[in-house]
Amino acid sequence: MTSVLYDAPGPKAKARNWIYSGIFIVLFGLVMWWALSLMAENGQLEADKWTPFVTDSRVWTTYLIPGLIETLKAGALSMVIALPLGALLGIGRLSDHAWVRGSVGAWVEFFRAIPVLMLMLFSSALYAPQLMDVPSDTRPFWAVVTGLVLYNSAVIAEIVRAGVLSLPRGQTDAAKAIGMRKGQTMFHVLIPQAVTAMLPALVSQLVVILKDTALGGALLGFAELLSMNRQISANYSNTIATLVVIALIYIVVNFGLTTFASQLEGRLRKSKKSTGAVLGTDEIDDPIPGANTAAGA
Amino acid sequence: MFDFLDSGQYDVLGAFWVTVQLTLYSAAGSLIWGTALAGMRVSPVPLLRGFGTAYVNLVRNTPLTLLVIGCSLGLSQTLKINLGGDSFKEIGFRLAVLGLIAYTGTFVCEALRSGINTVPVGQAEAARALGLSFFQVLTLIVLPQAFRAVIAPLANVLIALTKNTTVAATIGVAEAALLMKEMLENEAQAVFAVFAVFALGFVLLTLPTGLLLGWVAKRVAVKR
Repeated sequence: MTSVLYDAPGPKAKARNWIYSGIFIVLFGLVMWWALSLMAENGQLEADKWTPFVTDSRVWTTYLIPGLIETLKAGALSMVIALPLGALLGIGRLSDHAWVRGSVGAWVEFFRAIPVLMLMLFSSALYAPQLMDVPSDTRPFWAVVTGLVLYNSAVIAEIVRAGVLSLPRGQTDAAKAIGMRKGQTMFHVLIPQAVTAMLPALVSQLVVILKDTALGGALLGFAELLSMNRQISANYSNTIATLVVIALIYIVVNFGLTTFASQLEGRLRKSKKSTGAVLGTDEIDDPIPGANTAAGA
Repeated sequence: MFDFLDSGQYDVLGAFWVTVQLTLYSAAGSLIWGTALAGMRVSPVPLLRGFGTAYVNLVRNTPLTLLVIGCSLGLSQTLKINLGGDSFKEIGFRLAVLGLIAYTGTFVCEALRSGINTVPVGQAEAARALGLSFFQVLTLIVLPQAFRAVIAPLANVLIALTKNTTVAATIGVAEAALLMKEMLENEAQAVFAVFAVFALGFVLLTLPTGLLLGWVAKRVAVKR
């Protein structure tokens, strides 16, 4: 194992590495011991705080699984709506007509600059009885979905634009040479290839969306996975255990998606059918730096 | 239409000032924590690398909201760790900064790590040939160049952080998003105007940051 920064370790370096590892283990152990003793002091390590998740299936059937389903539902629906919308906005930003390019550009930059939480709060106020009167039991869900769609369609527009721009110029030239019109070039030649190039970035955007649904639970009363912590810890008075279990569920789901995205990226890079252009998960450059696509809440 | 601003009932500027403070403290903290994490992830000690990788993968896949709420419910209310704050206001602010640092540090770390990869191997080889240790190679040769290469990605992280400070509203920190929620509830007839005010505030915060740092990034980029 060699890297830019160090050689393959010799006997002396190996011994030194063992010493550093030892120091790290001691420090880490001290921190863990301090944390655990603090938890024990406050009664958070008692078995009955943790066993409900294994012995009591109601924790899962009444709270965690329905919460996870709401989270996945909001995430999937937002993605399904934001994808075509984002594709259209992305194409709009590449338009030859300055007024289309300009107005779509302003729309996209605006919605990328606003925190997604504010878009959710705004949608929620918009759906209130005085204005649009969405039924109050589904209002949080639709507010969350609207906020996510507005924000993520703008982000996806950037991904689509970068995907189209990443294609070799020859593609457009060849399409023109055989007499294709602008629209035909875009929809028959560029978009299909761009979509394959973008797939990994789009899959990892799904992680951002899933994480952002948690905002709706905290401030809008949307019954998603994270919001279940209140009800579970009210019943079993095990705040920390509940938060840890919920965090683990998020990590498993999102880690699965991230792994899938990077495998997809690897497979696309190897595949001979594509042009070889693949937009990785961190490669979306902004002409005006706006939002980092991967760093959503 | 905007008469709710003149009523003196809402301190919009004050709320945005809290947002700015949250951003600055968290930015400084996550820069330090992110650099330390990046140092661990590229270090020759396998255990440190393992810790860095595990931390980044776990925290990146956890919602920021969960981290911030975990700081409030878990650390403060259950374990009574209040980070030396006295009032509710102070404790909430410090907990939010802690959550934001824990989360944003992972993105700083990943940005820096990609910057380290842009430094040609020959430079580190030359440094090692001169007899510099790993720590010297990292701090004297590699990191200064890596930082210059990653100003644009770090600017994106900073902008994302600015927007993410709104998550502090979930634990009652009186920043822009919380005030917006309150105003939307009280001024139901002026929903669009309220939204416009706060949207403008965030555009004013994020756009100059992006433009300025984008310009700096171009100025200082190492030409290879």
